[in-house]
Amino acid sequence: MSEAGTVTDRSGPPADGVTDSAPTAGRTGVRPARRSRGARQRLELVVLLGPSLVLFVGFVLAPMVIAAYYSLYNWSGFGPLTDFIGIQNYKDAFNGPVFQHAIVHNLIIVGLSLVVQLPISIALALLLNRRLRGRSFLRLVVFAPYVLSEAITAVIWLLMLQPDGLVDQMFKSVGLGGAIQQWLANTNVVLYTLFVVLTWKFIGFGIILLLAGLQGVPPELREAAALDGATPWQSTRHVILPLLGPTIRIWIFLSVIGSLQVFDIVWIMTLGGPADSSTTMASYMIDHGFKRLEPSYGSAVAVILFAICFVFALAYQRFALRRDTDGALTRMVG
Amino acid sequence: MSAGVATPVRVQPVRKRPTAGTSLAYLAAIVVIGITVVPLLFVVVGGFRTNAQINNDPAGLPHPWILDNYISVITNSAFWDFLRNSVEIAVLATALAVAFGAMAGFALSRYRFRGREALYGLFTVGLLFPLSVAALPLFLWLRDLGLLESTWGVAIPEAAFSLPVTIVILRPFMAAVPSEIEDAAVLDGATRLGFFWRILLPLSMPALTTVAVLAFVTSWNAYLLPLLVFNDPTHFTLPLGVATFQTQYSQDTAKVLAFTAVSMVPALGFFLIAERRIVGGLTGAVKG
Repeated sequence: MSEAGTVTDRSGPPADGVTDSAPTAGRTGVRPARRSRGARQRLELVVLLGPSLVLFVGFVLAPMVIAAYYSLYNWSGFGPLTDFIGIQNYKDAFNGPVFQHAIVHNLIIVGLSLVVQLPISIALALLLNRRLRGRSFLRLVVFAPYVLSEAITAVIWLLMLQPDGLVDQMFKSVGLGGAIQQWLANTNVVLYTLFVVLTWKFIGFGIILLLAGLQGVPPELREAAALDGATPWQSTRHVILPLLGPTIRIWIFLSVIGSLQVFDIVWIMTLGGPADSSTTMASYMIDHGFKRLEPSYGSAVAVILFAICFVFALAYQRFALRRDTDGALTRMVG
Repeated sequence: MSAGVATPVRVQPVRKRPTAGTSLAYLAAIVVIGITVVPLLFVVVGGFRTNAQINNDPAGLPHPWILDNYISVITNSAFWDFLRNSVEIAVLATALAVAFGAMAGFALSRYRFRGREALYGLFTVGLLFPLSVAALPLFLWLRDLGLLESTWGVAIPEAAFSLPVTIVILRPFMAAVPSEIEDAAVLDGATRLGFFWRILLPLSMPALTTVAVLAFVTSWNAYLLPLLVFNDPTHFTLPLGVATFQTQYSQDTAKVLAFTAVSMVPALGFFLIAERRIVGGLTGAVKG
C-alpha cells in the first residue's frame, strides 16, 4: 500500500520547494517569515486534514474497535458492560452449527462465482468485444442491473419467483415444467436460487470491466498470432487471456470480497431461511446482533467477518496482485 | 513487391473468422439483453395489469392496460418520502465525502510533512472496511451518539466510508498537476489555499466527478445501514421502502410491481443521463 504512495510521491511535484524558494526571495526578514510559514502550514494542514480524519477515525475505525471490546462481554445492549466472558462469544460462534453453515454458504457463493461467473463473463466479454451494431446500447443494457440497488433486485426476483410466477411459467413454456422447484422454500435449492440472482445483478459489472481490459489489448496481436498459424482459440488462450490477467485478478478480488459479505439480497429474499439454509455470515451477524438483541455476540461475528476479509485481502495482495500495477489494492473500490 | 502480395493473402483468414464469430456474438448479445431486460419489463409492464391478470398468466401482456397501480403509487406520500430521504442522504454523504476528501487529497499530495505516508496508509486501510461488515458496531456507536432516526446518522458514516476511495483516487490526480502551474499561481500572489480553490479544484473536475458518482451511487443503493438506523417508516430511504412495501402488500402483486417500477426510475434515469461517467467511474476506479 505504501508503494503507491511513494510512486505518486516521486511523480508528484516538490510542493514544498515551491513555497520555500519563491516567496522568500521577495521578502527581507527570512527567519520570521519561515517560522510563521511553518505555523501557517501546520494550521492549513489541520484545516485540510482535520475533518476527514475526524470522520474516518470516528466512524470507520472507532466502531470496529468498540465492537472488539463489546465482543468480550455478555451484554444485552442496555446498561453497563459488567459480565466479562473473554473469548466465549467467539467460541460459541465457531462451535455453533448455524454459523458454520453460514461460512460454508459464503464459501459456496465464492466458489460458484469463480467457477460460473468468471468463465461466463470472460466468454461474453470476448464475444462482445467485436464491432457489433448497437454496441453502446448493449453496454448500457448489460450494466443496468448493476446500477439498481440490491434491494430492488431482490424484490424483482421475489416477485418473479413466486410459485406459478413468471419463472415457473417460462420453464413450462419451454417444456421444462418438471424442473420447477420451490425456488425459495426448498432448503436444497434456495442458496443456488440466490446465486442466480446475484449473478444477474453483478455479471454486467464483470463484463464491462473485462471489456475495458480488452480495449488495452491491441488487435494487431491477434492478427500476428493468426499469421503465425494460431487458431482463434489458441490466440485467445495464449495471447489475449494472459494480457487480461490483471483485470481478471482484480475481478476475482472484488468478487471474493463481495461474496464474503453478501447481505441485502439474502435478507430481503429469505432472511437466511428457510431453516437457516441460506444464512450468510453477514445475515447471521444482523440476525443475532440486531434482531435477537445479542449485540455483544453479533459484534464477535462482525470481528470474525472482518478478520476473514482482512486476511484474504492482505494475502491476495501479497501473492496475486503483487505483480500487477503498483499498489493495485489501493486503487480498489471497497 | 512481396509485401503487396502478402496483404491479400493475409486478409482472407482474418475476414473469414469474424463472420462466424460475429453471428455468434449477436446471438450472445440477444440472449444477454433478454436475460437482463425481461425481469425489468416484467416489473414495468406488470404494473399496468390487475392481480387477476397476473395470476392467470404471469408472462402475459396487460389486457386492458390499467393505470390504477401507478396512480396509487405516485399519489402515495410514502413514495415521495422515501425518495426525498434518499436524495437528502445521498447528497449530504456525497458533499461531505467529496469536500473533505478533496481537502485531504490536496494536503496529502501537495504538502510535505512528517507522517504523510503513514496518514495516507491509514486511509487506504479503510478500503478493507466495508460498511456492511461494520454496520452492527456502527449501529451501536450511532445509538450512543444519539444519531439514530437521523439523516446525519446515515449520511455521516456513508461519507466516512467513501473517504478512502475518494482520497485514493484524488491524491494521484492532484499530484499529477504540474508544479509549474502552482509556481505561476504563487507568483501571481495566490496563497496555497487560493491555488487549491481557484486552480487545483477546477483542474481536478474529472476525478471529482468520478468520486462524486461513486459516493452517490453507493449511498443511493445502501440498504443495511438505513435498515438499522431507521425504525420510523417516514424516515426510510428508497431501497428500504421498496423492501418494506413488498412485505406490506405481499398480497397485492400488481401494486408492488408498480411501486418497484417507479422506484427504478431515478437510478435508471440517472444512469441513462450519466452513463459514461458512471461506467467510467465505477470501472475506472477499480482499474486505477
